[in-house]
Amino acid sequence: MPYSPLLVKPMREELTGLGIEELLSAADVDRFMADKTGTAMLVVNSVCGCAAGMARPAVRLALEHEAVPDRVATVFAGQDLEATARARGYFADIPPSSPSVAFFKDGELVYFLPRHRIEGRSADQVAADLKQAFAEHCAVAAG
Amino acid sequence: MGTFHQNRSELHGITVVVDTAGPEVFVGRCDDMDEERVILLDADSHREGEAGRSKADYVRRAARFGVWKKHPRLVLPRSAVTSVRPLGDF
Repeated sequence: MPYSPLLVKPMREELTGLGIEELLSAADVDRFMADKTGTAMLVVNSVCGCAAGMARPAVRLALEHEAVPDRVATVFAGQDLEATARARGYFADIPPSSPSVAFFKDGELVYFLPRHRIEGRSADQVAADLKQAFAEHCAVAAG
Repeated sequence: MGTFHQNRSELHGITVVVDTAGPEVFVGRCDDMDEERVILLDADSHREGEAGRSKADYVRRAARFGVWKKHPRLVLPRSAVTSVRPLGDF
């Protein structure tokens, strides 16, 4: 059962405030995933206190890296059920977990950060993993 | 580091690998553990050699991608458990 929208609002805003696009429907997800060019990161947000509380700041820290994904979006597990189910369909071989981060290059899944790699770690540690993925797959922006 | 939930074990909320002296290994979210038992939520289990995989093979794969939930809740007697470690440590 979804939590109160009021409870979840600041958790959404922690990501949308960074300019991350929120995908609220299956159609939103399909539109985001339809672009197969470049790099795209999809953050599966969640209420979970132990992991999501580190995942969101980790995403913020990671996006300070010199090379970042071309496009970043988020779905909210347990809240936006249709959008989350559709998003997971794009990495259907991987057991669902939230929070988690899926990273695509030219439409292919090239990196996945599952919940258990977030639990019990600091935001800096999780951000370091994301930055490593960015360094491996993303181009440094010119200028 | 666990969660803000009080009166639970240190590993509450953490996805753990529970190994046993026997052929089975379990992966799931630790709900609680004490001298008597380990309680896992959303857990999977594996028997040595199942699907051609050793326990170590299974844990290595679980560490990369996670596990598919086979059991909503599992209560394991502590006497059968040889170790409980975060999956993230593998």
